[in-house]
Amino acid sequence: MAKDTVSKTFIVAGLLSVVCSAFVSTTAVFLRPEQAKNKDLDRKKNILQAAGLYEEGKSIEELFQEFEIKVVDLATGEFRNNIDAVMFDQRKAAKSADLGVEISKADDLAGIKRRSPYALVYVAENENGEIQQLILPVHGKGLWSTLYGYLALDADLTTIDGFAFYEHGETPGLGGEVDNPRWKAQWIDKKAFDEEGNTRITVIKGKVDPNSPDRQYQVDGLSGATITTRGVSSLLHYWLGKNGFKPLLDRIRSKEGKNEHD
Amino acid sequence: MTDKPKNVVLDPLFNNNPIALQVLGICSALAITTKLETVIVMAVAVTVVLGLTNSAISLIRNHIPGSIRIIVQMTIIASMVIMVDLVLKAYAYNISKQLSIFVGLIITNCIIMGRAEAFAMSHPVGISFLDGIGNGLGYSTILIVVGVFRELLGSGRLHGQVILPLSTEGGWYVSNGLMLLPPSAFFIIGLYIWALRTWKKDQIERN
Repeated sequence: MAKDTVSKTFIVAGLLSVVCSAFVSTTAVFLRPEQAKNKDLDRKKNILQAAGLYEEGKSIEELFQEFEIKVVDLATGEFRNNIDAVMFDQRKAAKSADLGVEISKADDLAGIKRRSPYALVYVAENENGEIQQLILPVHGKGLWSTLYGYLALDADLTTIDGFAFYEHGETPGLGGEVDNPRWKAQWIDKKAFDEEGNTRITVIKGKVDPNSPDRQYQVDGLSGATITTRGVSSLLHYWLGKNGFKPLLDRIRSKEGKNEHD
Repeated sequence: MTDKPKNVVLDPLFNNNPIALQVLGICSALAITTKLETVIVMAVAVTVVLGLTNSAISLIRNHIPGSIRIIVQMTIIASMVIMVDLVLKAYAYNISKQLSIFVGLIITNCIIMGRAEAFAMSHPVGISFLDGIGNGLGYSTILIVVGVFRELLGSGRLHGQVILPLSTEGGWYVSNGLMLLPPSAFFIIGLYIWALRTWKKDQIERN
């Protein structure tokens, strides 16, 4: 048959590749702005949900205006104005060879192996420049997957305003219950640190004893999700610790103590 | 043309169901059926891809050299799936996030390749399109049945609406954790095939 000659085979293969790639790339180019918008909105929605500010039906952009995005140098806790917050991608930075920082095994509570030297944080300030709310991105290993979330701290930088994951691959119904609104609601008003500044917040096994002196630092465990919840505690300890956001938190605290505003 | 359009569309629903009788496309049926919402999007995506690839392959079927026909089919299928994935990301972002890689994995869904090879390569465009849609609907029926059982028994909900209030949320229903794990889809599909073959005795295989 004529269609089975060698030349015909090459022509069909060549034409097909060209036509298909044209279709795919046209679609990709046309839909990119829409996709970028979705991604951005999704990120903002997650942040608002963590902060407990998200309301169905209200414009995300409008609600988000309260927050300012800042790039933090994790090692010093200083804000870096020379890095464009809109373009900065923390996950890419952690993977890149020149930016990413290897985390030593002993320090790596969150099980993430590498981290970016900078992180994006979201700050809501009042007219006097005092921080009202600070939202920190956190991530770490659960059972199957890395959990990515946001932790919102109140003006005292100790009280938790909200905590939510926006991406994970834990088993639905077990570890996936980290998305359960009733579980997430428990985090609100818990204290992340004790008086001495030690990170205390922990997910315990079973229910929190209402008479325990430590109850303000504890959150109920999820049954059937021991490893996931252990991961959640560890990742919070990592990110609130000296390799995470502690330098930033310390710097803000000392600044507010001296009542300096800049 | 011996195939009547009506039969081509309706047969795959029960008489010649791609999952229940041809046993194709099981993998995705296990993975994405924990919730009805994702099931419906996946069903629509697969049906659209099936219709489009079947038509496209049928359109050029007389020019496809036999030696590279599988690769040609794969290229067309892959392009269509990528396009569907991009469209979902642009217009149904939340759901595409939940389906994650499973949209991309439509490429490897055996139903699509199976129909391309078995039907579209030897039939005209119109009827191939209908065959694609029909098989897509057949796939969808099973997915929806599995999805209904898994969501209802696993999380006490249907399409996100609470039907059986869960004991963990103050209700009375103790959820069946197995239903949330992929193996439960095997059991449901097995029971479904049993029920179907009791109804349509001619599907029983004889050895």
